[in-house]
This record gives sequence, structure tokens and C-alpha cells, in this order.
Amino acid sequence: MNRFLKKFSCAALAAASSLAIAGSALAVDLQFYFPVAVGGKAAQTIEALTADYVKANPGVKIDAVYSGSYQDTVTKALTAAKGGKPPQLSVILSVDMFTLIDEDVIVPFDDLVTSDEDKAWMKSFYPAFMENSQTGGKTYGIPFQRSTPVLYWNKDAFKKAGLDPNTPPANWEEMVEMGKKLTVKDSSGNVTQWGVRIPSSGFPYWLFQGLTTQNDVVLANSDGNQTNFDDPKVVEALTYMVDLSKKHGVMAPGIIEWGSTPKAFFEGQTAMMWTTTGNLTNVRNNAPFEFGVAMLPANKRRGAPTGGGNFYIFKDSTDEQKKASVDFVKWITAPAQAARWTIATGYVAPRPDAWDTPAMQEYVKDFPPALVARDQLEHAVAELSTFQNQRVTRIFNDALEAAITGKKEPEAALKEAQKKADAVLKSYR
Amino acid sequence: MKSQMNWVHAWLLLTPALLLLFAFTHYPAVVTFVDSFFSTPRGQRPAKFVGLDNYEQLLNDDVFWQVLWNNFLYAIGTVPPSIALAIVMALWVNSKIVGRPLVRMAYFAPTVLPLIAVANIWLFFYTPGFGLIDQIRGLFGLPHQNLIGETDTVLWAMMAVAVWKEAGFFMIFYLAALQAIPPDLREAADIEGTDAWTYFRRITFPLLMPTTLFVMVNATINAFRLIDHIFVMTNGGPDNASSLLLFYIYETAFKYWDTAYGATLTVVLLVLLSVLAIGQFFFFDRKVHYR
Amino acid sequence: MRASAAGLSFDRVLNGAAAWILAILWMLPLLYAIWTAFHPAAYEARFDLFAPVTLENFGKAWNAAPFARYFLNTFMQVTSILVAQFILCTLAAFAFARYEFPAKNLLFALVLLQLLVMPDILIVENYKTMRALGLVDTILAIGLPYMASGFGIFLLRQTFMTIPRELDEAARIEGAGPLTVLWKVYVPLAKPVYLAYGLVSVSHHWNNFLWPLIITNSVETRPVTVGLSVFAAIDSGIEWSVINAATLMTSGPLLIAFLLFQRQFVQSFMRAGIK
Repeated sequence: MNRFLKKFSCAALAAASSLAIAGSALAVDLQFYFPVAVGGKAAQTIEALTADYVKANPGVKIDAVYSGSYQDTVTKALTAAKGGKPPQLSVILSVDMFTLIDEDVIVPFDDLVTSDEDKAWMKSFYPAFMENSQTGGKTYGIPFQRSTPVLYWNKDAFKKAGLDPNTPPANWEEMVEMGKKLTVKDSSGNVTQWGVRIPSSGFPYWLFQGLTTQNDVVLANSDGNQTNFDDPKVVEALTYMVDLSKKHGVMAPGIIEWGSTPKAFFEGQTAMMWTTTGNLTNVRNNAPFEFGVAMLPANKRRGAPTGGGNFYIFKDSTDEQKKASVDFVKWITAPAQAARWTIATGYVAPRPDAWDTPAMQEYVKDFPPALVARDQLEHAVAELSTFQNQRVTRIFNDALEAAITGKKEPEAALKEAQKKADAVLKSYR
Repeated sequence: MKSQMNWVHAWLLLTPALLLLFAFTHYPAVVTFVDSFFSTPRGQRPAKFVGLDNYEQLLNDDVFWQVLWNNFLYAIGTVPPSIALAIVMALWVNSKIVGRPLVRMAYFAPTVLPLIAVANIWLFFYTPGFGLIDQIRGLFGLPHQNLIGETDTVLWAMMAVAVWKEAGFFMIFYLAALQAIPPDLREAADIEGTDAWTYFRRITFPLLMPTTLFVMVNATINAFRLIDHIFVMTNGGPDNASSLLLFYIYETAFKYWDTAYGATLTVVLLVLLSVLAIGQFFFFDRKVHYR
Repeated sequence: MRASAAGLSFDRVLNGAAAWILAILWMLPLLYAIWTAFHPAAYEARFDLFAPVTLENFGKAWNAAPFARYFLNTFMQVTSILVAQFILCTLAAFAFARYEFPAKNLLFALVLLQLLVMPDILIVENYKTMRALGLVDTILAIGLPYMASGFGIFLLRQTFMTIPRELDEAARIEGAGPLTVLWKVYVPLAKPVYLAYGLVSVSHHWNNFLWPLIITNSVETRPVTVGLSVFAAIDSGIEWSVINAATLMTSGPLLIAFLLFQRQFVQSFMRAGIK
């Protein structure tokens, strides 16, 4: 029964789109995949926004499909594209841009926007976010679901340790010094509260990129075909991260789980944690103590990666569909909608004027930590992204995990990773 | 004439099942083999014949060797324990213990729960600090430990989950087999004053042999197939310490989109499974008459 | 039946205690799921007897993802697989059990090969096949590779072979065709096998994850397992209370069914001679 319905609706969709090609004024159908990477109201908000758009634009129908995690979404979009049924647009990790180009499934926005107004629109986003959207002089992604890591700290724990509860660590040394004061042991010598927690499971490269940026080194070029994993400054950053547990004893040893990090913070297992701004709402609702949010500490400079997803437009759709897609993206990233999105989820609104809207002004007044991420953007850089991105970041993650678990020395691990990455990327140079 | 009619009938009866079997088992197995000699098509570039290049890559891929070794350990660490536990469980549940239905349900419940969801619970158990295991260790003043965050322990932690998931399922097979053993054997043994261990070793265990063969084949296949918890708990990390062959195939084919290399890895898995199965049948053939 | 000497009863107590310890150990994940699902998130890692009880997590889970739809998808998938398996395997097993025909042994060996080369392993090629057939993201595609089951054919063949030929011949003398004989004589006698095999099949496909993950793209086809993984994989950390509520909600029916039927289940295994 369901299969029949599905087939039927597919046929209807195909018929509708062929009619649309014929130039009739019939509705344009768009399929739109979106991932949800934070709890709370993300999915409902996207669905509500989409519904509002459809209400205001009767000529367009949008089928918004909640496609799971980022990982699921790119897999789904690629499998669908390879099967000849791609969505018309999708939010996918900004770092998957090269993969999508390599698989030849997306089109640059430059080919679709012609008016001066539209061109100005493409320039209205934070440059830190656009770094992951552009390559070879073209813009492939429009930032939407973007985040950046920040430092959360437990003010009560700071007070108990005799630290000023309103002053987070400003640099690497301070983080170690404060971390030592914040690390609490019980009578049998077991640590009951760690100083800091930088999760390293799954995708350790992301938070680690905070450290490399602060150490003033870039991990990959903007063409996405050359990595810089064995740079001495990268080695230095990794050594610092490893030493947090090995030498200074302020962070738990071994791989630290990303998923249980907020809980560990709530449970008082750690006094500071690094995690995404996407957690703001979660921490605000669940932390049983007063907490603060700060930019990541600096070393040679301040710095953090950006993260999260961009809008991409898929190649295999009609001109009408592409036009309608651009129009939808323009609408949903406009200040009013971007503000609504940020308030609901904690993601960073991708353009400055969204922060000037009345709703946003009020939100920030009520909850000033939301501003930290925005202010950090001026120091932020592109998230690590290359051709064969999944494979290259996996190589890098393996090296980081090997160093963190003490299997390899940082330098040796990174040298090996660079060699492997070179082997993968050489055909793209 | 009659026999000809007969075999036309037989073929008609077989056709639907065989068609599907060929389409989704034999055909893909053969194509996997063929694909392993071609390159991965990407975007504009079609697949081309590359001879043994993929196999050469395989030999030089240290992740592959590690994953293979992990899988070997995983098989050793899950197959015998789940069989042993299944037998013990079946013996207990078959004896007259208090609250037998409840105990039986407890053993069997993991079979029904989806591993993909329960893996989150195990993640909590293993979490250092506030996780259940560390909370219990804390009562005895033992230090925290990061079971899934260290390369030495992570695979063992994954094995424990797999054994937990499987043992109760295999128990059912043993339970059925135990209940089919004639009770007069037990009575005869009691008269002769045979102790329980000797009885088990000399009577029960040999009679359970066909079940053991069946369960062992299944458990071995599961050791290569049961990877749901890896997705949730470790993603194969840290540094591939908990990655298994099928997980690596999934990553290669559906994350890196390198389908040709994925096919090559699948060939290895198929060969491995065949060798194991043939070995097991040969080993047990002398001890069991399985018809 | 058993000598009730003091030593033996001590043995029994010891065994009983060990059995119970293992049972509790085995139940821990389920107990933890129940604990977190009925208590606020703050008690996920605190086991306080006086923690407030709440049903809020179930509401949250229910609203956070279309579980009703996932549930329906799983139900349709499991049912379609089961029905197809029963029909296809019965027909094939009957042929193998009661007919002589060319290449019989070779074909049977090819069937048995599936015990080893399971569709779970051939994900790469089967995905390509589904794409060629235009079946990606359909419930049919989730089930298709499993519908002809080598295990099912083997099991039913073994059972059919134990059925005395006299019954068969008696029916034929009365003028029944082969399909009638199969339906009237063989199938009823193999009932326990169908029950046992059916339960194994249902619990396996209810919990299957990897293949549905790959082959489904949308809410309309996604089974519960994939839905749960999608739901749990969020960057902002694991909410055990909500995930476990979802887990209980989605596996509850199966759990209760097995609870109610476990006696029959074991007995059918015994009668089925799966041993």
C-alpha cells in the first residue's frame, strides 16, 4: 500500500516537474533534506519555517525531509543523486563541499544568481563562514546551520577553587594553571572533578583545529588538495593537548566522549568544557549551577574553526526548481528567519544584520552568552576540508587518537598522517 | 514421463526462491569479485580495469590489517564465551531454580532489544566518572577507567556487548536440545552415582554437539556481521582499535565512496567466511552426524 | 526425581544464586532504560530511590521524531519479509524434500551457501542492484534480499523429510495435487517450525540496522532502528532519558510479545528440532 503510494507520488512528482518544464504556471516541487545535529527544536523550527514559506509562496511545494545526522544526510543525498533522484536542495556539512564537487552533484550559486541584488546578498554573510563555501572563485554553499566551539565554565567550581568566577582562562597557560586548581581529588586519589574537557571521540579534528588555529597554523589549503598535518606548529598544538592529561593532569586520559560531555559538565565531572555553541540552549536548560561562556583561550592568536552545515543546490533538477531553491535559501537566511533559527537552536546567525533584528536584540539582552560565538567569528577560520574529505579527516583523526591514547608520539603520528593524506590527495593537484 | 513431470514441478516450486537467492546472494557475490579488479567510478570518470591494483592497495593498507586482526580477536572473544554462557544459561533455566520464567526472560531480553538503541545504554555504563561501572568501582575506592577511550580496552568492551546480545538467543537452541534429551539417561546416571560434572561432560555435552555446531557457525558469522554498536559507541575508534571488517567496508563504500575498494574488502570477508565454515564443518564432521 | 541429599540442595542454592546474579547482570541495560525513561534527565546518572517519576520523556520522544510512522514501516517490513519467506521457503523446501530432479544437490548447496554469504555482507553490490531496479528508498528494498532465506529452506526441508511418505501418498490417492498435499499435509505438521522460524525472523528483522540504514532515505520508509539512530545522533550530547523512552516505546511490543509467548517459543523450538 505504502509502496504504491510512494510510487504514485513519485510519478506525480515527475509529471509535475515535466509540466513545469513545459512552462506552465503549475507548482514547483522541491525536495529538501535537512540534518539535525542538536537537540531541542531544530527539526520543528525548520519545518515551521518551510511551512511559512510555502504559505507565502503558493507556487512552490517543499517536501522537507529530516535526514538524520550530518553524516546520514550527505550519504543520503549522494546515494539519491547517484540513483538519479537527488533532492533539489539540502543542508550538508560545509566541509563536504569538495566531495559534492568531486561527485559532480551540485551547482555553484554564481550560475544561478544574476541580478545585482542577488550578488550583494551573497556578500552579506560573515567571511569566516564563507571560507568553507568557496573554492576556485565560485560559491557552492550558503551558510545556514553554522556553529563554532566555545568554552563553557562552571562558576561554582571556580568559586570553590578560589578563582574569580567571572574570569575564564584567556590563554593556554592560564587554562593549565586554572585547570590545576580546578582538578579535585578524593581521599583515595581519584579525580572527582577535572579541570577541563576537550572531547576527542568521533571527530577530534574539529576541536583540535581550535588549538592549531590558536597556534597560528592552517591545516589545509583552500583548493582542498594539500594538507599541513606535520607542520611543527601542529605538532606543538597536539603536544599541548596530550600534555593536558599526560603532563599537567588537568584533563581525563584517553579518548573523551563527545556525546557524554554536556552530562559530565552538568554532573560536575569537569569544571570547563569545549563544545559547540549548538549546546547553548541545552546547557542553559540543564546546568544546575551558574555557568559562563567564553571564547576559546588564545596562544599565538585567538582562534576557532567554524562548523556546521551550508545549503547546496543539486545539479540534477530543472531550471525552475533551481530558481525556486535559490529563492527559498534567500528567504530562510534573511535576517528575520535567521534570527528565529538562532533563538530556537543556538546556532550562530550567519550574517551581521540578523543580529540587529529586534527579536535577536531582545534574545541577546536576556542571554548575553549567545554573543560570544558571534564575537569569536572575527578570529574564526574555515573548518578542515579537502577533496576526499571523509577519508582525509579520518586519517587525521586516527593520528590524533593515536597520540591522545599514547600509542604514538604526536610528531610521528602526524608525519604518518601527512604521508597518507598526500597519497590520497596527489591526484587532485 | 512421470519423472519428467516431476522435475518440472520441482523446478516450478524452486524458481521464485532461487531467483531471489541468485539476485541478492550469488550474483552480487560474483559481481563483488569482478568489481574488485576495476577502479571506482567518480563523477565524470568511469570505472576502468586496474588488474590487481586494489589488492595491492589492500596489502599496503595498515588499517585493513589492523581491522582484520581486530576481527579475529573479536571472533575469539565473542564466539566461545557466548556459547559457554548459552550452555550455562540453558542448564540453569532447564533446572528447577526459583523464578525460572523471570530468569529465562532476563537472559532472552537482549535478543529483542535493538542493539542500535541499547548501545547508548552501554555507552553510559562505560562512561568514565559518572558511568555505571565507574560508580560501582567508586564504591570500592577503585580509580576511574576509560574503557572505550583507550585502545587496549575498547575492543573488549565491544565484545562484552556482543556476548550480552547473543548468549540469550543461543540459549534457546540449547534449551530446546536439553529438553529433548531423554530423562531416563539422567536417572540411570543417578543410579550409578555419576556426579553432575561427569554427567555433563560424558552425556549432555556430546548430545548437544549438533546444536553447538549450529550455534558456532551462527556465532562466527555474527562476529563478522554484528557491528551496530560500533556505529553508536566508537565509530571504530580510537585509532581504529574497535573497527571491524564490515564496519570498514561500510566506511569505505558509503563514506569514502570508494566502492571498488569496498568490493575488494568484501571479497576478503567472503573468502574468510568460507574458509571458516569449511574448517568448522570438517572439524565437527567426525564428531557429529548432522542430517 | 533427584536425590535430595544435603550436598545436592546446597548445590542447587548455589546454582540458583549464580543464575540470578547473571540474570540481574543481563537485565541491567533494560532496568537502566526503564529507570531513565521514567525519571527526569537530572537522574540519568543518579540512582535515588526518591527521584520523581515522570512520563515526560515519552512525550518528548514521541514529539521529537515520527515514531508512529517508523513503527508502521518496521511492521510492514517485518510482515512482508515473513510472509514472503514462508511462501518461498515452503515451496523450495518441498521440492528439495520430496522431488528428484537434475542438479538437485548443486542447487541445494547453492541454497546452503546463503547461510554463509548473508545479504548483510553484500551491501555494496545489493545497493547497486536496488538502484538499477529503481527500488532505493522503498520498504520492498529493505526486505527483498532476505525473502529467500537459505536457513528457512534448510529448516523446512529437514522437517518435511521427517514426515512419513505414507501420509503424502494417502492424500494423493484421494486425488490431491502436489500443492494441495503440501498445504493439507506438510504445512500443518510443520507448524512448530513455522512458529520458531517466524519468531527468529521477526526479531532479527525488527532489529536489523545496517542494510535499512543504507537503503532508506526518508521518513516514509525508515524502520524503527534507523529512526532511533537518527534520533540519537545529535551533536549536543546524548539525552539518555529521551532515547531510552524511545527505545522502550519501540521495542516494548516485541518485548511483551516474547514475554507472553516465551514458553510456546521454547517448546516450538524443541518440536521444530532446531538443535
